Amino acid sequence: MGGTPFDEMTAADGSVRAAYAGLAAWLKRIPADLIGRKRLEADLLFRRLGITFAVYGEGGDPERLIPFDVIPRIVTSAEWTSLSEGLVQRVQALNAFLYDVYHDMEIVRAGKIPEELVVGNAQYRPEMRGVDVPGRIYTHIAGIDVVRVAENQFYVLEDNVRTPSGVSYMLENREAMMRLFPELFAINRVQPVGHYPDELLKSLRSLPPASCADKDEPTVVVMTPGAYNSAYFEHVFLAEQMGVELVEGQDMFVENDIVYMRTVSGPKRVDTIYRRLDDAFLDPDAFNPESVLGVRGLFAAYRKGNVNLANAVGTGVADDKSVYTYVPDMVRFYLGEEPKLANVPTYSLRKADDLKYTLEHLPELVVKEVHGSGGYGMLVGPKSTKEEIEAFRKRIEAHPENYIAQPTLALSTCPTYVDEGIAPRHVDLRPYLLVGKEVKLVPGGLTRVALRKGSLVVNSSQGGGTKDTWVLES
Amino acid sequence: MLSRAAASLYWMSRYMERAENMARILDVSYRMSLSASDEHSQRTQWEPALVVAGCELPFKDTGRKIEARNVIEFLALDASNMSSIRSSLWTARENARAMRTQITTEMWEALNATWLEMRSLDYAKIEAMGLRAFFDWVKERSHLFRGVGYGTMPRDAAYRFVRVGTFLERADSTARLLDVKYHVLLPTARDVGGAVDYYQWGALLRSVSAFQAYRRIYRDVIRPRRVAELLILRDDMPRSLRVSFGELTQLLDQLREMFQRDYLSARLADQMYNRLRFGRIDDVFEQGLHEFLTEVVNSNVALGKAIADDFGMTY
Repeated sequence: MGGTPFDEMTAADGSVRAAYAGLAAWLKRIPADLIGRKRLEADLLFRRLGITFAVYGEGGDPERLIPFDVIPRIVTSAEWTSLSEGLVQRVQALNAFLYDVYHDMEIVRAGKIPEELVVGNAQYRPEMRGVDVPGRIYTHIAGIDVVRVAENQFYVLEDNVRTPSGVSYMLENREAMMRLFPELFAINRVQPVGHYPDELLKSLRSLPPASCADKDEPTVVVMTPGAYNSAYFEHVFLAEQMGVELVEGQDMFVENDIVYMRTVSGPKRVDTIYRRLDDAFLDPDAFNPESVLGVRGLFAAYRKGNVNLANAVGTGVADDKSVYTYVPDMVRFYLGEEPKLANVPTYSLRKADDLKYTLEHLPELVVKEVHGSGGYGMLVGPKSTKEEIEAFRKRIEAHPENYIAQPTLALSTCPTYVDEGIAPRHVDLRPYLLVGKEVKLVPGGLTRVALRKGSLVVNSSQGGGTKDTWVLES
Repeated sequence: MLSRAAASLYWMSRYMERAENMARILDVSYRMSLSASDEHSQRTQWEPALVVAGCELPFKDTGRKIEARNVIEFLALDASNMSSIRSSLWTARENARAMRTQITTEMWEALNATWLEMRSLDYAKIEAMGLRAFFDWVKERSHLFRGVGYGTMPRDAAYRFVRVGTFLERADSTARLLDVKYHVLLPTARDVGGAVDYYQWGALLRSVSAFQAYRRIYRDVIRPRRVAELLILRDDMPRSLRVSFGELTQLLDQLREMFQRDYLSARLADQMYNRLRFGRIDDVFEQGLHEFLTEVVNSNVALGKAIADDFGMTY
C-alpha cells in the first residue's frame, strides 16, 4: 500500500486500460473546450432540476450543488461481476448478523465478536430482541463503500446499513450524462441503472408485514423528516419515481396497532415504510420522547407485525466502525464461505497493541471516529501538520475506544475535469444493494471524487464531487 | 392524496389571494386618502383599512398612531403581522415549498421569485418605487401565480384544492370590503350621496377592478345599491360573491365525484350559491346589507371549517 496510486484509465506503462479505450479515443478527438462547456451546461441542468445538497455550519447558501464531474468512471462487466458477488455475500452476512444479535447471539456465544461491542453499542436496540421482521431482513437498502487500490483489489471502506443516501445522484448523473454526451453512449455500451426505483419498489413490496391485507400490492410510502433535511430532494425524488406517497410523521397515525396515513379520502392503511429518518425519531413513545418527526405507536405496530420498516430498527449495530472489523468473520460464521471482498486492514484502538502501533505511526495512518460520518472527526496522517497530529493524539489518548486506524490507502484515480484540465483524482464507489426476497443491485453506483489534488476525502461535505459510473456490457 | 398536501395547496393559494386583497385594500385606502376632503383626518382614512383587513386589534397592540405610514407598514411589511402582505407571501411560499411536488415548476418559480423580491423590500424602497407601483406589483404577482397555475397544472385533485383556496379567500374578502364600506366609511347620513360618497364608492369599485364594469353594465351614476348588487349577485363580475361561490360549488362537486364521498363543504357551498343565484338585491337590503354580509362572512368561516374536516386537514 502507499506508493503510486492505481489509475483506472492509464496503466503504469502508459497504455490505456481496455474499459477506457472508447473514452480515451473520444477525448482526443473532441475540441479542447468541449468538456468545459459541457461542465457549465451540467451545472445549469442540475440547478434547474433543484438537485442540491444541504451543507450546514459553514455559512453561505446551505443549498448547494454537489460538483458533478462530466468524465465518467468506467468498469468492465467482469470487474463488476466479481465486485457485486462480494457485495451480495457481505450484505447477506450483515443481515444474518442482525438477525442473530436480536435473537440467539450465536456469534457472541461462539466467541467471534466481543459481547460488549454488540450489546454495549449505542446503536444496539434491546427493544428489538425477539422481534421477528419479515423475511428476517433488517437492511433492505444498503450502501457499501468500496475503494480500489489495484487492478484486482477492492476494499470495503465502510458499510452503510441504516439509511444510506446518494442513490438519486447515481440516477440523475446518468440522466445528465445521456443528455450531455449521447455520442459517448453510442461508443460505449453502458448497462442501464434507471430501473433502480422499480427494483426498489419491487423489493419493498416483496416483504409485506405479517397482517398485510393485500400481499401482492402492499401500500408502500417513503417517510421523510421533512423539507429541511439535507437529503429531502432525494426523498421527493424516490417517492415520485416509485409513484408512492412521500409522508412525514404528522401524516400518519396508529390506531389499534395499525398504521394509517391521512388522505383526502379518509385514513388509508400503510403496510411498508421506507423511512429516511433515524431510529431515535421514529416513535416518541418508544424512543426519543422529544421527537416531533415520528409517529406515536409506530414501534408497537411494527413489533406486532402490522407494518414493515425499511430499514429495520437497530441496524446501526452492524455498520459501526468497530464492528466493521468483524464483518469478514461474519461471512465465515454465517455463510461458511471465505469473504470475496476484503476489509481495509484496520487497527482497533480499543486493543492495546493496535493503540500502541497507531500512536507510533500517526503520520502514516488514517484515524477515524468509530461513530463519525461524513469525513468529520478524522485524521489523514500524511496530509496533516505536526500540530494537527499532536492535537488528534490527545483526543485518541483520552478515548482510544472511540477510534480505529487504517493505513493510508492509495485510492485509485480517474481522469477528472479540474481547473488545470483533465487530471487524475482519487475516487471511491458506493453501490446500492436492495434486499427483499432476493438481493438485487443495479450495475453502477455513486462514484465520489476528491476534486482537490492529492486529496483522499471524497465526502460532498468536504469538497468532493460525483461522477457517473459506467458498467460496460460484456 | 395526502391531506397535508391538500392543505398546503389550499393555504398556498388562500394566502396568495390574501396578499392580493391586502394590496387592493391598501391601494383603495391610499387613493381615498389622496382624493378625500381635508376634514377627513388620517384616522378616518386609514382605520377602515385596518377593519377590513381584520387587523384592528393587533395594530392597536403596537401602540402606534393610525396614520398612513404606520398602517401601510403594518399591513404590507410587518413580519409580526400574520396578515401582512409580506407574511402572506411567506406563508404561501412555505406551503408551496412543503409540497413542491404537487405544483408545477413554473408555479414554484413564480411564487419563489415573488417571495425573494418581497424579502428585499422595506418602507423606504416601496416609497421610492411608489406605493401604487408596489400595490400593483403585488397584484401582478398574484395574477401571474394564478395564471401560471391555471395554465400549467394537470386538472387533478391538486388543481381543485388550489382553486378552492383562491375562491374562498376571494369571497371572504369581497364580503368584508363591502361591509366595511357600508358601515365605516359613512360617518354621517348627510354624506350619503355627496361627493365624498361618490369617491368612496368609486374607490371601492376600483379596488375590486369593477369600476369600468359598473359603468358598462349600469350606465349610471354610482349608487350603493347597484354597487352591492354588482359585487354580491352578478354572475358576470369575477370578484362577486356569486361567481366565487359558483366556482366553489363546482370545484367541491368535482372533488365529491373524484373521491366518491359525501362532503359537508360541498353542500354548504351549494346552499350559499343558490341564495346568491336566486336572491334579489331588494331582499338583501330588506334584511340589511350589514346583516346579510355578516351572514356571508360567518358562513365562509363554517365552510372553511367544513373543508378542513372533510379532507382531514385539521391536525
